[in-house]
Amino acid sequence: MKILYFAWLRSKVGISEEDISPPGDVSDVGGVIEWLRQRGEGYEAAFADLSVVRAAVNQEYVGFDHPVSQGDEIALFPPVTGG
Amino acid sequence: MIRVQREDFDPCAEMDRLTGADRTIGAVCSFVGLVRDIAGDQSIGAMTLEHYPGMTERELERIEAEANRRWPLQGSLIIHRYGRMEPGERIVLVITASRHRKAAFESCEFLMDWLKTKAPFWKLEETPDGGQWVDAREADNAAAQRWADEPSTEKE
Repeated sequence: MKILYFAWLRSKVGISEEDISPPGDVSDVGGVIEWLRQRGEGYEAAFADLSVVRAAVNQEYVGFDHPVSQGDEIALFPPVTGG
Repeated sequence: MIRVQREDFDPCAEMDRLTGADRTIGAVCSFVGLVRDIAGDQSIGAMTLEHYPGMTERELERIEAEANRRWPLQGSLIIHRYGRMEPGERIVLVITASRHRKAAFESCEFLMDWLKTKAPFWKLEETPDGGQWVDAREADNAAAQRWADEPSTEKE
């Protein structure tokens, strides 16, 4: 699956997107975040406070309990600040 | 209609284009958002708007459709810029047109309130201390929440 990071999440992780293949027991957005968190300091810093992390799957806003599967585009970002 | 673009826009030309030859339009409202040179007590040299290509357009289309569902509009337009902008530059334009003023006024404010809390854009301010990502404001959430009383078709 493809992961996109935006704003300060992108700065902390250090890249804007990557292809990931988490283990089969990772079944939802929250599981993906938990798995990412263990991949290094940047990830740990990015996901230290999940109250300021929002998610989209295939360009639709979703909660952390939303299921994910191969081929999905998952985006993780802070609350939006446009306008 | 919605547009997400790097370039500046001309509000008057956009308004003329939107109203066109439709003589049933009796009211047009517009909102233009500008880059300020100060945030709190810090001076801002410039601002960079990041967005999520694809999803940003989809969300803006959805927000515009919701405004057209709630109010009888003859026309509507949202233009939002991305990239680096300096103080005084235009960031966003919303125009609504209707037969009578109430629908145009209300839908214009609704579009801005919803856009600020739903469209995937993020602001990075250049300050004397370096780049700072802007935090979401509770006041913006409260402003968007005011419109929640109306029945909504969105899936959230």
